Amino acid sequence: MSSNLKLMSGNEAVAEGAIAAGVRFFAGYPISPSTEIAEVMSRRLPEVGGKFIQMEDEIASIAAVIGASLTGVKAMDATSGPGFSLKAENLGLAVMLETPLVLVNVQRVGPSTGIATLPAQGDVMMARWGTHGDHSIIALAPWSVEEAYYLTVKAVNLSEQFRTPVLLMSDAIIGYMKERVILPDPATLELVERPRPRFAAGEGEYLPYGADSTLVPPMAAYGEGYHWYANSSYHDQHGFEATANNREAEYLLWRLHAKITEHRPEVMMTESYELDDAEIVLFAYGSVARSALAAVRQARQQGIKLGLLRAQTLWPFADLEVKAIAQMPNVKAIMVPELNMGQMVTEVRAAAGAHVPVISLPHYDGTMIKPASILASIDRFYRGELTEETRQIPELAIARHYS
Amino acid sequence: MPAIEMLQTEEMKKRYLRTEGLNSLWCPGCGIGTISGAIVRAVENLGLSQDEVVIVTGIGCSGLIYNYLNFDGFHGTHGRALAAATGIKIANPKLKVIIPMGDGDCAAIGGNHFIQAARRNIDLTAIVINNQTYGMTGGQYSPLSPHDSKHTTATLGHIEEPFDLCRLAAGAGASYVARSTAFHVHQMVDLFSNAIAHPGFSVVEVMSQCHVHYGKRNYSEVASEMLFWYKDHALNVNRASKMSEEEIGDRFITGELVNRIRPEWTAEYEKIIAKAQARSAEEKARQDVLHREKEFDKQSQPEHQGDEG
Ligand SMILES: Cc1ncc(C[n+]2csc(CCOP(=O)(O)OP(=O)(O)O)c2C)c(N)n1
Repeated sequence: MSSNLKLMSGNEAVAEGAIAAGVRFFAGYPISPSTEIAEVMSRRLPEVGGKFIQMEDEIASIAAVIGASLTGVKAMDATSGPGFSLKAENLGLAVMLETPLVLVNVQRVGPSTGIATLPAQGDVMMARWGTHGDHSIIALAPWSVEEAYYLTVKAVNLSEQFRTPVLLMSDAIIGYMKERVILPDPATLELVERPRPRFAAGEGEYLPYGADSTLVPPMAAYGEGYHWYANSSYHDQHGFEATANNREAEYLLWRLHAKITEHRPEVMMTESYELDDAEIVLFAYGSVARSALAAVRQARQQGIKLGLLRAQTLWPFADLEVKAIAQMPNVKAIMVPELNMGQMVTEVRAAAGAHVPVISLPHYDGTMIKPASILASIDRFYRGELTEETRQIPELAIARHYS
Repeated sequence: MPAIEMLQTEEMKKRYLRTEGLNSLWCPGCGIGTISGAIVRAVENLGLSQDEVVIVTGIGCSGLIYNYLNFDGFHGTHGRALAAATGIKIANPKLKVIIPMGDGDCAAIGGNHFIQAARRNIDLTAIVINNQTYGMTGGQYSPLSPHDSKHTTATLGHIEEPFDLCRLAAGAGASYVARSTAFHVHQMVDLFSNAIAHPGFSVVEVMSQCHVHYGKRNYSEVASEMLFWYKDHALNVNRASKMSEEEIGDRFITGELVNRIRPEWTAEYEKIIAKAQARSAEEKARQDVLHREKEFDKQSQPEHQGDEG
């Protein structure tokens, strides 16, 4: 048996994945259910010559991570809902400065303080739209401890390749859960480094925001002699203020998006289960996809033709994949179980168009979705009791307001 | 001061200024230009390489300094310059990180980062450009606005008392603290040089005229008159130390106020790295012994295990 066989939590796997991917700087602020990531990083980073700092708040920690990344170091930050809200402005800063970094959000349930240790997927739309000004973003969602490791490596790689912050949208189930994992020899991992200037400092004109056909500008590090600006204001290719130049402004925002969307195949990761003859397809991501797959297996035993599309990449959204499913002649409905009041379902609906009904299976009490509850919804669908329009009201609300 | 003559040469301008960026975004007569010049002179005085200096700014009129100076530069979010600078310094301790900030940037939205950086004593140089108001947004009060001063958000007079920023920094643990004004250029260059050379968190507060938004409501809309006001109201710390509070009156104390050595963050962290690596080497050695013992046990085990049922 390999000595790399370990029993570890999703949070530990994220930290180990980060170290393996070359992350050498972490700044954070304690918050459940993400704190373990900071604790492991504080122990592991100095062992490999990296640096850890616990900052005074979440705003400071993401700002420090941005600063570290600008010196050429792979850098990461981890938090949960309240901290994710605080980081919003500086997440946009990372987008604008085109600073590679990974921000992990181990999601917990509810607005404000909510319930600190219980899982949810309530921040997936915030991941997309949570900072102002029409930004671009990549977000990934792991469904197991092992995948938490691999998607962290992937997140670091994507952030470097595209000079962009990448969000790893974990949740309290994945973060706390312990599973048996077999970690690879880090030397076998394919690691990506940010594109670099093609000439040494002083040997040509370096344009920190001038991109070739990849749309990703080469990135110098502070201290190398290039004397460049990382500028949060609209800027031209030199990094100079372009706040009075609307064409430059328009081009920059286009490029920030296009550098990701034009490379969709390199970013998009989905998995399909039992889709070929499926009548009902579940769209799921993160921890919920485990219940969804269990539901598929149980349904198949009962002769129900259930399939699953699992999105590992949440943003950009897997619209083409959903559309293809919606157009399959057998498919009667798509159902979207989520640990929230129905967020990604709006994207699924938009991608599916008028081809099939898209039914939300919202779940937001801080527990996981059981396969049985998904199967019950499918049963109701076949009996004509569950449509897109069905109002799904929680038990207590029925007792208090509708009886 | 030879440095000042030196800067007036074309060569100095060419080296340190970004002429491409030079359609000045500052109002004519603004103190920030003078302060930018003093930063460059301090760098030149210290004989620093241009490659090792990073200018980190937040948002505000003072946050535009990066646009004109020929170093690596950072223009981030309002109030967070010190937090970003902390990441830069930790990730590459060889860099000299200079952080010009406005009084709002530093003491209001960035106030917590300011005192925490001072407490950590991380080797950064904060230059706080105190124009006693929010310049960029047009003259609202800041945490450094004097009692009863007039602002667009306090037209009847400001009811709060300001921080004494230098005392705040000293109390929070900054190991170098000084104050100057946009009038006292020679002193400012010296203090900047000392601050940048100092191994720890250093703060220089510079009183600087915003005649356009602050002066016109409070003293004078003429830049030179405000500069003369600074000249008359600055009191050197050496003289002040021999005077009573009453004698000092409404004058502000300039010069070097704190200069002490405290453990510095990045140097302390090097020790953590050494300790962590020693710990993991020990752990690995222990694991190796265990592994060898296990192997040995395996080899010396009898062939038929579990005979006892
Ligand atoms: C989060 C955030 N809040 C508010 C602003 C608007 N804003 C820009 S500059 C500034 C204050 C500037 O005052 P100060 O920091 O004293 O610098 P000065 O312009 O006087 O140099 C404010 C409030 C902003 N850019 N970001």
